[in-house]
Amino acid sequence: MTEVLEAALRIVLVLGAFLTLPLLVGQTEHKAMAHMQSRLGPMYAGGFHGWAQLVADGVKFAQKEDVVPAAADRAVFKLAPAVALIPYLVVLVAIPVGPGWVGHDLDAGLFFVLAVMGVGVLGSLMAGWASANKFSLLGGLRTAAQLMAYELPFILAAASVAMAAGTLSLPGIVEAWEPWWLLWQLPGAVVFFVAGLAELARPPFDMPVADSEIIFGAFTEYTGLRFALFLLAEYAGIVVLCALTTVLFLGGWRGPFDESLGGLPGVMWTLLKTMALAFVVIWARVSYPRLREDQLQRLAWQGLVPVALGQLVLTGVVAVMVS
Amino acid sequence: MKVPGAGLAKGLAVTLQTMGRRSVTAQYPDVKPELPPRSRGVIALLEENCTVCMLCARECPDWCIYIDSHKETIPAPPGGRERQRNVLDRFDIDFSLCMYCGICIEVCPFDALFWSPEFEYAELDIRDLTHDKARLGQWMATVPPPPAHEEHGSRPKELDAAHKAADRPAAEPTGPRQPTAGEVDGP
Repeated sequence: MTEVLEAALRIVLVLGAFLTLPLLVGQTEHKAMAHMQSRLGPMYAGGFHGWAQLVADGVKFAQKEDVVPAAADRAVFKLAPAVALIPYLVVLVAIPVGPGWVGHDLDAGLFFVLAVMGVGVLGSLMAGWASANKFSLLGGLRTAAQLMAYELPFILAAASVAMAAGTLSLPGIVEAWEPWWLLWQLPGAVVFFVAGLAELARPPFDMPVADSEIIFGAFTEYTGLRFALFLLAEYAGIVVLCALTTVLFLGGWRGPFDESLGGLPGVMWTLLKTMALAFVVIWARVSYPRLREDQLQRLAWQGLVPVALGQLVLTGVVAVMVS
Repeated sequence: MKVPGAGLAKGLAVTLQTMGRRSVTAQYPDVKPELPPRSRGVIALLEENCTVCMLCARECPDWCIYIDSHKETIPAPPGGRERQRNVLDRFDIDFSLCMYCGICIEVCPFDALFWSPEFEYAELDIRDLTHDKARLGQWMATVPPPPAHEEHGSRPKELDAAHKAADRPAAEPTGPRQPTAGEVDGP
């Protein structure tokens, strides 16, 4: 009985994090981006500095008509937002936030997480194909090309950490992590983060949605709640990517001071690092213009893949030398 | 030497610095803007100064000033004679036509027209943009005092002329008048 209760509690906590953290990131994006552009951002909703802007947006989306184009593949079209969103919820279950604080501890957690994160991109592909719209199709094709290009360095960089830690379990990687890994795994961390950004189609890698050239890519035909789900998937993706980078490369719940020595509790460290990385995601979005499609491909194949392979070699050599 | 990625770091630095600075957004309906003293918002009429000389209406490039008047005879005071003066019946400015050039204010010889910085007088009906003399008179309360003259600029001519008249020694009421130095040299 207690096991059932505990599992239920874990799932409720994960669901709560899944529903609140993306909104927190979204609101931070609203405000940080505005101030980076010398604006104020939302100021009215909720009274104090527009804190309820995303709630208001959600209410607005819920009120809108749910339009399905006549020529669309109805079933696929309607299913796509769920396919885009659900994988991130599933991934969140496997990410440890503190010692013992994990929705479900999997032996091959890293493998599971990377596999399921790839499924999320399928939502965009489905949306692009099912919308019966040329811009959507172009967006879908670009998503596919981007997935092909960036999944490889993404997984190579993650493999490097797994090699260093000697385990595929996410809590195991955090346990094995040591501060000097920050330097050792730095190229891998950068590759992982950049490739993750590209997989989420976040600016400056937002060719698949590029609103100024292909309207909104695969999401062109979506309205109302389904569109909101796609947006939520994007922000949930940011949370997942940042949490995963934290766990793999930044030592997860381990801070510079032990909890017994008056340091922050482990869960706080994970959240802090995740939010700091989320800020970097927003920061990069504001600072850099969108890459062209060919530049995007060149960065992946000529930049990230060789660096990731080099990191693998480095990890292998150092791991052998240490042991 | 060119460090790879220096441009990327510079871009990040620019956005971070901008985030630290105050944003330039003006929260207009909540916070009124601070306008410079010579802002051209609306034209105010000081009716007492108007002599119905019609200069403003004639100089107006788009003919948006409408003036009607009649003559009034002032009864003669004891030992004097009757005088006539103009009485202003109508002074309208159609702000839907006005292009805010300010020529009417420049040409007014009697300082009857002024700029006011008030600008919130949008209307739902274009006809309501024609302000009559009562409404134009209400704007007078919003006319700011003229800004001080520049410290090292030349003194305004009006001030010189006024001082010249005021500084002249008053004529002696008794005895023969002595010619002054300036008058001796004159023709």
